[in-house]
Amino acid sequence: MVLSRTVHSDSNDSLHSTFASRYVRTSLPRFKIPEESIPKEAAYQIINDELMLDGNPRLNLASFVTTWMEPECDKLMMAAINKNYVDMDEYPVTTELQNRCVNMIAHLFNAPLGDTDTAVGVGTVGSSEAIMLAGLAFKRKWQNKMKALGKPCDKPNIVTGANVQVCWEKFARYFEVELKEVKLSEGYYVMDPEKAVEMVDENTICVAAILGSTLNGEFEDVKRLNDLLVEKNAKTGWDTPIHVDAASGGFIAPFIYPELEWDFRLPLVKSINVSGHKYGLVYAGVGWVIWRNKEDLPEELIFHINYLGADQPTFTLNFSKGSNQIIAQYYQLIRLGFEGYKNIMENCRENAIVLKEGLEKTGRFNIISKDDGVPLVAFSLKDHSQHNEFEISDMLRRFGWIVPAYTMPPDAQHITVLRVVIREDFSRTLAERLVVDIEKVLHELDTLPARVNAKIEVCEEKGLVVDEGELDVQRKFTTAWKKFVADKKKTNGVC
Amino acid sequence: MVISSTTADYDQNLHSTFASRYVRASLPRFKMPDQPIPKEAAYQIINDELMLDGNPRLNLASFVTTWMEPECDKLIMSSINKNYVDMDEYPVTTELQNRCVNMIARLFHAPIGEGDTAVGVGTVGSSEAIMLAGLAFKRKWQEKRKSQGKTYHNPNIVTGSNVQVCWEKFARYFEVDLKMVNLTEGCYVMDPVKAVEMVDENTICVAAILGSTMTGELEDVKLLNDLLMKKNKETGWNTPIHVDAASGGFVAPFLYPDLEWDFRLPLVKSINVSGHKYGLVYAGVGWVVWRAKEDLPEELVFHINYLGSDQPTFTLNFSKGSSQIIAQYYQFIRLGFEGYKDIMKNCNENAMVLKEGLEKTGRFDIISKDIGVPLLAFSLKDSSRYTVFHISESLRRFGWVVPAYTMPPNVQHISVLRVVIREDFSHSLADRLIADIVRVVNEMEAAHSTDNTRHANSTGNTRNKHDGEASEHSKREMHLGISKYWRRLVHGNKTSSVC
Repeated sequence: MVLSRTVHSDSNDSLHSTFASRYVRTSLPRFKIPEESIPKEAAYQIINDELMLDGNPRLNLASFVTTWMEPECDKLMMAAINKNYVDMDEYPVTTELQNRCVNMIAHLFNAPLGDTDTAVGVGTVGSSEAIMLAGLAFKRKWQNKMKALGKPCDKPNIVTGANVQVCWEKFARYFEVELKEVKLSEGYYVMDPEKAVEMVDENTICVAAILGSTLNGEFEDVKRLNDLLVEKNAKTGWDTPIHVDAASGGFIAPFIYPELEWDFRLPLVKSINVSGHKYGLVYAGVGWVIWRNKEDLPEELIFHINYLGADQPTFTLNFSKGSNQIIAQYYQLIRLGFEGYKNIMENCRENAIVLKEGLEKTGRFNIISKDDGVPLVAFSLKDHSQHNEFEISDMLRRFGWIVPAYTMPPDAQHITVLRVVIREDFSRTLAERLVVDIEKVLHELDTLPARVNAKIEVCEEKGLVVDEGELDVQRKFTTAWKKFVADKKKTNGVC
Repeated sequence: MVISSTTADYDQNLHSTFASRYVRASLPRFKMPDQPIPKEAAYQIINDELMLDGNPRLNLASFVTTWMEPECDKLIMSSINKNYVDMDEYPVTTELQNRCVNMIARLFHAPIGEGDTAVGVGTVGSSEAIMLAGLAFKRKWQEKRKSQGKTYHNPNIVTGSNVQVCWEKFARYFEVDLKMVNLTEGCYVMDPVKAVEMVDENTICVAAILGSTMTGELEDVKLLNDLLMKKNKETGWNTPIHVDAASGGFVAPFLYPDLEWDFRLPLVKSINVSGHKYGLVYAGVGWVVWRAKEDLPEELVFHINYLGSDQPTFTLNFSKGSSQIIAQYYQFIRLGFEGYKDIMKNCNENAMVLKEGLEKTGRFDIISKDIGVPLLAFSLKDSSRYTVFHISESLRRFGWVVPAYTMPPNVQHISVLRVVIREDFSHSLADRLIADIVRVVNEMEAAHSTDNTRHANSTGNTRNKHDGEASEHSKREMHLGISKYWRRLVHGNKTSSVC
């Protein structure tokens, strides 16, 4: 407990309301820890006020990550906030809840388990950690296989599409695996299974397919990839496996596309990751990775912690972390059940269609995303001559909406899209409002270049000697601004 | 929004949870249930099951913070739906992280100017921090070897066998050899002399620990630095040092400011510290800072453009909550240097109180030193009749979680009990713990002296009752046999990997 200072001359500070005190007259420290303490109310108020300038998470249409949960769940999370998840000895129930979640998710993905078998999987901080663990498992298995065959094992590679999320690039760079990317082409924005299988060689540790591409929400054709790879494996004997990055799609496909075969029903799929904090409907900070069975997770990567007689194997990159997201995930799984999740996903899909139709009605946009897939709408302008998507994105911010604009990865970099992700808490009324605001933005942008052209026309009509300098300057400004926005806003690293 | 089913059981909403049918079914464990249940029921059932978890504040095993001011809880809850990685959308939160990095770097005397930006990042904990630091060392070393035309396939790290398990994880996952300096009786930290001896041309760094998990001791980083500088001069290998200050990083600057262990020593290139230990934040935040830009190879850093300004990122995790970062900043400005110092002093005081109480019982050897992270590690003077594992078990009855561990090689024969003094462990709790330990020890003593008297009686009665003696003898044998078996079981199952 902090010893409260009573000797200090400003002892009557605590009587002042925060905004009357001297604490709001100094700027918050940025480089060095301040020497003295300040009252907790002042600390709270000042930080809270500065944070008001952050975007509103619920209007952040860029993100897949959940931004709303029921108050009952918030209560559970606050109660568990001081539990360090890794203390399995001390918090056996929390550990048990994680195991139940793993079991449930494994069953959801049709893992080949009996009714009461324990699934092989683990909770992580997100899909990044999950993918690194899955990749590590593949790398180690491949190395063991090559060593047993007496072949070199220092040049592993992974085959994936250029539409992968940045964490695959991180995995490749940090764990020294080569990334062989299948390039996209105009009109085809996911990994082509044929090209992927062509790229597979004896150093390929796995082929990674994405269920729910970040850019346009499409589901890759994992079944086709599986069939082609089974054929190739039969010829080469390399036994190359598949990993499915179902970060977004893993909690969508089982509910609204149950016939789609993409999971453990396909024999070559050895591990799957999914983000609990995307369509698992939990706040940021939880992901899951599931392996088909024990053989797919090399024993030497697992550390064993003894838990009063029962053995608890662990395989995570992070150690201490909060327990609340794991508990929240379990809450959602039993609170909603299969039917609840299905209803939510169906609602999201409906609202995505409402948004899509509203955009199509304006007649100014091409819809890049497909109807089947993650509920999001990716669209680009039909006509780029006057203005581009980055300007629309900028202007929408004025209304409070955060709608990001991105360029597609190679080889489709010339295409720019705006993307709206439909989450659980994006209702139909919000969708309609967004359409209205987009129309407003379009009208505004329409008037901008027209003003410059009209002035030139008027001047020419009247035969006036126009002050060339002024028009030139104006034109230069507009082009410079367009270029500035285009250059600065471009990010290839999509979230 | 979930479309609530109105066709069946709609009147369930009127029932109180404990009157409803939901408490009659056991919670699903293997498969997602088909139907939804009301949120009150879901909340209640999970909350009740969680009551059987230990109480975090009585968990004396953990360094990790278990109490924060309510104002901070408010800040945490209001930012719980902010995904930290969205730097574009939450620029203030990103700014707060940068401020924390700057403050921590200066706390560790990083050689940067007044208005310079420090090189560092917030992580989910020291595990991630250590992996990032290790990656940086590995890559730098590989570059150096390549440029010299030498082999770079067998990197190793030199450290003490008292390291936390995450170093072993780093070694195994990133394919680096772990060369461990074994402990010896009386010296429970890495010996700098032996460490420097083990350094070879494949060593990517030497890792010293400020605040050993076992005994809270602060390793002599200065001596390590001086010895390593000498060796580097002779060999030209330029081996750097990393300081794992997970616990000690927020203790040493406040309690032992003259102790040179940080960037004041020229060979220290990176330091990690856990925000969620003595940084006084809930579980889920750690920090790693590098001395200078050169110590973090540019190719490991991914660049995200943030409306004109470049935001470099180098983390293993991507999406995660923002609450802990904001909480860390809250603590820095709320407490300030003086606040942290007062808290650490209090912890130290309470550790002394506990130590004196234990010494008074006359039954314990205190293994931990006075100078170090505020914790008490103690072993039994006489383990012949009962061990620290028994005491740990019995203390649980009172609600205390006090773990017992065996020390790492080569002192595995020593078992200790460890009590970590956190911010929220007051003097009155210390007194209470002592009272309970005394009670437990007395119980153990009594139990074993009863055994002895029974033994004495039965031998005394042998001459008189031959029949009775046989059954007494076998009962006592059985009793002893059971105790021995149980002791072995507990011993065997206890782990030497400490948290």
